Amino acid sequence: MEEEKLTGSEETSAAKANGLSEVNRAVAWDGCSVLLDINDGDRLVFSRLSPSASIKIGNKKCSLRPLVGCPFGSLFTVETGPSGPHLSRSAPSSTGNCVEEISKDEGQSVNEIRDNRSLIDNNTAQSLSSEDIEAMRSEGATGDEIVKALIDNSSTFEKKTVFSQEKYKLKKQKKYAPKVLLRRPSMRSICETYFKKHPQRTGFMRVDTLSMLLSMANVGPYSDALVLDKLGGLVVGSVAERVGGTGYICSTYFGTVPYQIDIVRMFNLSSDVCARILQAPFSDLSPLQNAPSECAMSDPSDVRPGSPETAQPDPSNELLQDGDSLLDSRDNGDDTLTGQKPVKPGRKAPPEIVKSWKDNGFTSLIIAAPEMDVESLIMDLLPLLAYSAPFAIYHQYLQPLATCMHKLQASKMAIGMQISEPWLREYQVLPSRTHPHMQMNAFGGYILSGIRISNSNTGGVIEDKAA
Amino acid sequence: MTMMVAVDDAQKLSFKRPIGDGDTVIVYERHDCMRAVTVSPGSELQNRFGVFKHSDWVGKPFGSKVFSSKGGFVFLLAPTPQLWTLVLSHRTQILYLPDISFVVSCLEIVPGCVVLESGTGSGSLSTSLARAVAPSGHLFTFDFHEQRASSARADFQRNGLTSLITVTVRDIQGEGFPKQHEGSVDAVFLDLPQPWLAIPSASRCLKPDAVLCSFSPCIEQVQRTCETLRSSFTDIRTFEVLVRSYEIKEHCFAKSVSEEDGSPVGPPPQKRKQSTLPANKSEKTESNFSVMAKPCNTARGHTGYLTFARLTVLSN
Repeated sequence: MEEEKLTGSEETSAAKANGLSEVNRAVAWDGCSVLLDINDGDRLVFSRLSPSASIKIGNKKCSLRPLVGCPFGSLFTVETGPSGPHLSRSAPSSTGNCVEEISKDEGQSVNEIRDNRSLIDNNTAQSLSSEDIEAMRSEGATGDEIVKALIDNSSTFEKKTVFSQEKYKLKKQKKYAPKVLLRRPSMRSICETYFKKHPQRTGFMRVDTLSMLLSMANVGPYSDALVLDKLGGLVVGSVAERVGGTGYICSTYFGTVPYQIDIVRMFNLSSDVCARILQAPFSDLSPLQNAPSECAMSDPSDVRPGSPETAQPDPSNELLQDGDSLLDSRDNGDDTLTGQKPVKPGRKAPPEIVKSWKDNGFTSLIIAAPEMDVESLIMDLLPLLAYSAPFAIYHQYLQPLATCMHKLQASKMAIGMQISEPWLREYQVLPSRTHPHMQMNAFGGYILSGIRISNSNTGGVIEDKAA
Repeated sequence: MTMMVAVDDAQKLSFKRPIGDGDTVIVYERHDCMRAVTVSPGSELQNRFGVFKHSDWVGKPFGSKVFSSKGGFVFLLAPTPQLWTLVLSHRTQILYLPDISFVVSCLEIVPGCVVLESGTGSGSLSTSLARAVAPSGHLFTFDFHEQRASSARADFQRNGLTSLITVTVRDIQGEGFPKQHEGSVDAVFLDLPQPWLAIPSASRCLKPDAVLCSFSPCIEQVQRTCETLRSSFTDIRTFEVLVRSYEIKEHCFAKSVSEEDGSPVGPPPQKRKQSTLPANKSEKTESNFSVMAKPCNTARGHTGYLTFARLTVLSN
């Protein structure tokens, strides 16, 4: 018997599911965006659970239909059935139990010390041939049964250390009994996946760096967040996820064509939240109503680097499957829960909202544009921030941020500035085998953060402006 | 009405939202010298820059520069969870921005979530968790030390967070989380000397696939925690997060001398960029001046290990 302990609001279950809180969407629904984790992170694929969606594992193509209605975190294996290979829900991974068995064995292994001194790697240890394995498969043997048979037919298995045995078993399982884990896309999983598989697509943004940007910029409820995102929408999506259905996220751009923010659609943001993601060109936001960026006007050589991009989806986004409807600009049909047409994120900001941004100022600024000139960006965008609002700039190179920081100090537009380089290390924690991971990422970018201030010496009091 | 975490539109930071009586402001003297002050007309702030009257502050926007009787100045900043972490009174060792931000992200906390935390400590993380769940979610935080729980409650009250945070005195290691939370929680955070004792209870409170985080300074604690997690949790990962800061310095070098002299020639002149610097800075033209950056000499070496795990989804 579960009771939601949310204080305050009484909401109907439909409103809850589609409203401010996405936390109830723990079960994959028809048309949702998913992250498929094949064999413990060996392969990561984003997909959308449309009727035709499928995944190819090894040489088998399986429909993703069985995933609809299953909770995120469910595990599936590929089974061969009468109608071909299909994904079937399976029990949670047994690797956890393996480790417990090893802990029990530890007592025994103290007396019989095994090592690999007599193991010769000449490819003769396994007596089952690939034809034998195929024969087993066609007789309907499950992947786990094949793995067990391989272990039984290996002449060297018994001589291995328990750790080595576990490694062997896991390796065979990955090949003959591949697992598919249904993961919920979130800022963390989306950022980590891109960073691991296609970092250039997201400007090498590492998850700890992105987390710091969100905190430093004080992203939260009722934020009016100004974002310059040239990382495919990763930042816009992350900000929107944190703000929820209140406030606004203004994804701004220079020139006339909005930057592409495809990745936002992977977040499974509700309609309410998507409605809050707006796009507005800098020329609309700038106090000089009819002028394009000041810099561009006065110095033609200081044109924004990076040619204007089309708003078309990026076909080079390898993390999305071929023909994936994630990139499809068609409507995904009605929202199954409320029957309403889903709102697409990134619609043009209506004039009354642009006016309120000008009157109130933005409450946060995040810049993530590794290829652009940071100094001129901050000079253009900082004045749009309310006083005392924080900003955070992500960049891959130190020097431009140093110059920027110096300029801001000299012009007294900001205080509390800091250049930070986040550092992240992961550990393997296993009995008798605890140590940092052998491979480590060396660099997660730099962040220049600070707070905008009013340098007026007149100390004016706020007067009520006529609306 | 203070606005550390806005729970409605009127509270948000804005050009039009002036400092008022009863507001908490963060008085910024220097980057390493700030404090929280509750505005109260009739009161004064005294520091090295002089005497500041609170009544001078009322009506000004946050982010204003204000002056003392002798002409010194400070800045009045709007309170945020980050600034609060830097100014709060330490009753215990606290978590700082790198750990806090990583925890909030990896716990996948979004508005509306229900989160459990133990121990509350000085409320540094709690304040950021409140922002992450606001406006419709809630943080239930527990500490076994009655006085510290009380101080935390007082801070949260002062910062306008009582609708978002409930503090309870309870020994989570000994008694586990209260039964009322079972099956309803989106994230759990543990900062306890023996977190493994709290894991069975946490596993009953969490929804399937929801995330638990345990913060421990010592690797032995981490090992024992991971061992205990294995029976009901999956995707168990342990991290360390740190940050390296940089400092900058102007570097003025002599104008480049012609090569015929044989004397050293400085770096080539910088391309002249559009500058919005005020006129009196023009003597520092960009052709004989650059900015250098170097890492700071001191850094935090270790805070604690962060272990994250997801409650395993059963297949039935």
